[in-house]
Amino acid sequence: MSVLVYTESENGKYKKTAFEVASYAKAVAEKMGTTVTAVSINGGDASALGNYGVEKVLQVTNPALEAFNAKAYADVVKQAAEKEGAKVVIVSSSADSKYMSPMLAVGLNAGLVSNVVEAPSSMSPFTVKRTAFTNKAFNNTTIDSDVKIVAVSKNAFGLVENSASASVEDFSPNFSTEGVSVESVDRATDKVTIADAEIVVSAGRGLKGPENWGMVEELAETLGAATACSKPVSDLGWRPHGEHVGQTGKPVASNLYIAIGISGAIQHLAGINASKVKVVINTDPEAPFFKAADYGVVGDAFEVVPALTEKLKAFKAQQ
Amino acid sequence: MKILVCISHVPDTTSKINFTEGDTKFDTNGVQFVINPNDEFGLTRAMWFKEKQGASVDVVNVGGAETEPTLRKALAIGADSAIRVNTEATDGFAVAKQIAKVVEDGGYDLVIAGRESIDYNGGMVPGMLAAITNANFVNNCISLEVDGTNAKAVREIDGGKETVSTSLPLVVGGQKGLVEESDLRIPNMRGIMMARKKPLNVVEPIGADAATASVSFEKPAPKGAVKLVDAGNLDELVNLLHNEAKVI
Ligand SMILES: Cc1cc2nc3c(=O)[nH]c(=O)nc-3n(C[C@H](O)[C@H](O)[C@H](O)COP(=O)(O)OP(=O)(O)OC[C@H]3O[C@@H](n4cnc5c(N)ncnc54)[C@H](O)[C@@H]3O)c2cc1C
Ligand SMILES: Nc1ncnc2c1ncn2[C@@H]1O[C@H](COP(=O)(O)O)[C@@H](O)[C@H]1O
Repeated sequence: MSVLVYTESENGKYKKTAFEVASYAKAVAEKMGTTVTAVSINGGDASALGNYGVEKVLQVTNPALEAFNAKAYADVVKQAAEKEGAKVVIVSSSADSKYMSPMLAVGLNAGLVSNVVEAPSSMSPFTVKRTAFTNKAFNNTTIDSDVKIVAVSKNAFGLVENSASASVEDFSPNFSTEGVSVESVDRATDKVTIADAEIVVSAGRGLKGPENWGMVEELAETLGAATACSKPVSDLGWRPHGEHVGQTGKPVASNLYIAIGISGAIQHLAGINASKVKVVINTDPEAPFFKAADYGVVGDAFEVVPALTEKLKAFKAQQ
Repeated sequence: MKILVCISHVPDTTSKINFTEGDTKFDTNGVQFVINPNDEFGLTRAMWFKEKQGASVDVVNVGGAETEPTLRKALAIGADSAIRVNTEATDGFAVAKQIAKVVEDGGYDLVIAGRESIDYNGGMVPGMLAAITNANFVNNCISLEVDGTNAKAVREIDGGKETVSTSLPLVVGGQKGLVEESDLRIPNMRGIMMARKKPLNVVEPIGADAATASVSFEKPAPKGAVKLVDAGNLDELVNLLHNEAKVI
């Protein structure tokens, strides 16, 4: 009857989202008077999960699951839920978990709610709060099925330390990796991705042309940030599609979002509103983005961005 | 090849979001509804399969009569026929079950849905549909080619892309990249006239219980005013980000 949490990992290390979902699972388990069991696929050191309240880890170690495979992973998590008799399963709202969890929901005949931002406000009926209308509103939703799956938004619930000593149990479920096979992966491994980044530096059409992105990349590098862009910038081919953020692009839920030469159209804001702190750099004091920002600099990006980078380098050197 | 494109009927991206009836219902007053952008990319890719590979293309929506103009727009873009499952779309699981019945009855080989709808952003209908109908599933699909029963797809992953091979029957969760913005078609007069004569079949729903239910909506708390920092005083910005916002 424990709460089951699927803790994502990469190259044998847990992702930050793993600790977030574990923290969330612990909050649910406390309300239910039960414990948290994690299922981990080729994951790392279980004690790291213990710090966030996990008491038992079902550890799957199998080279066939080295690369993420949504269907096979759904098979694994389903069997873990059945083995534990879990009535509540917690997953992340990361791209991978969003790929997997609808299949898991069918497998467990469970109701699924994604993009959940708070612990359940009621256990009976089981009620959670999720974002809706691309961050323009919240929706309180009940899950009425016997088994319930909650997909937690990134950076919404936060990390809650809750020391427990996690016992590890080897787990060897059945799964099939057939159906969809990966032929090749094309990915810059040396760059922080928008999904994982704590800080995102994003620029828009105000930068005039692709040749001017050097200063954006330098600012991002100084901050250890990912780079992003507005939609017209990727439509014009100035930047790769994968950097397009907003309502019709990638969602951003970072701690800090720096928007340079972006006007702040409603479709752009919708996708980045989940970011905690927003800084806007724009020549136009009337740009709508200032209304959505926490901090703003009215000024020319070509002067402000290099100057800010210098200041930040000096700040980092002092730290 | 028989293609089914799932069309969700959503508020235009510029819509003001408001609620009525004690914040329990979305206020549709003055809201313009459109084809979900991710579905529009999918539909346009489906038209390519129709024109280049002789595929047939049907579109489906699960919803009330108010979604018919959106389905007519899909017909005007070029779909052969439309199906509306006559029930309110309340929960992703229930919608997926309804579409699964349409897929089985119609014997579709390829279902193109969107990565997510921009209203509830559930991102669950395509994956559930694939699981229910035992089809292969590729999400975040940004390129799709089909040769006989084999398919090659590219999907967006964090920080890059991944090329996969798979086979029909297949469900994809599509997005921009399936086609480009410039490939999208605005229905012309002829398309609109022809769409009036194309079949829009209303089918009754199967019994499918919703697993979730919406209780109420909330708007985010209004934010405080922006703090402006002078362009000549960026030390202050660094200071604020470090000491006040605590993000660096
Ligand atoms: C269906 C639909 C979906 C959409 N989805 C998205 C989406 O997901 N994401 C998205 O981003 N957009 C989206 N858009 C587009 C959106 O409406 C805006 O057109 C877009 O966000 C504007 O991009 P921008 O701010 O880079 O460019 P602009 O609106 O052209 O703004 C450029 C800004 O740069 C400023 N500027 C100019 N020179 C400088 C300088 N030297 N220094 C500093 N600032 C300067 C200007 O004052 C201006 O505010 C969508 C639109 C539609 C219709
Ligand atoms: N009511 C519906 N009718 C038809 N297709 C739908 C419906 N709801 C969702 N879909 C499809 O499923 C995709 C993902 O939607 P969602 O799971 O709601 O985010 C959409 O882009 C559509 O292709």
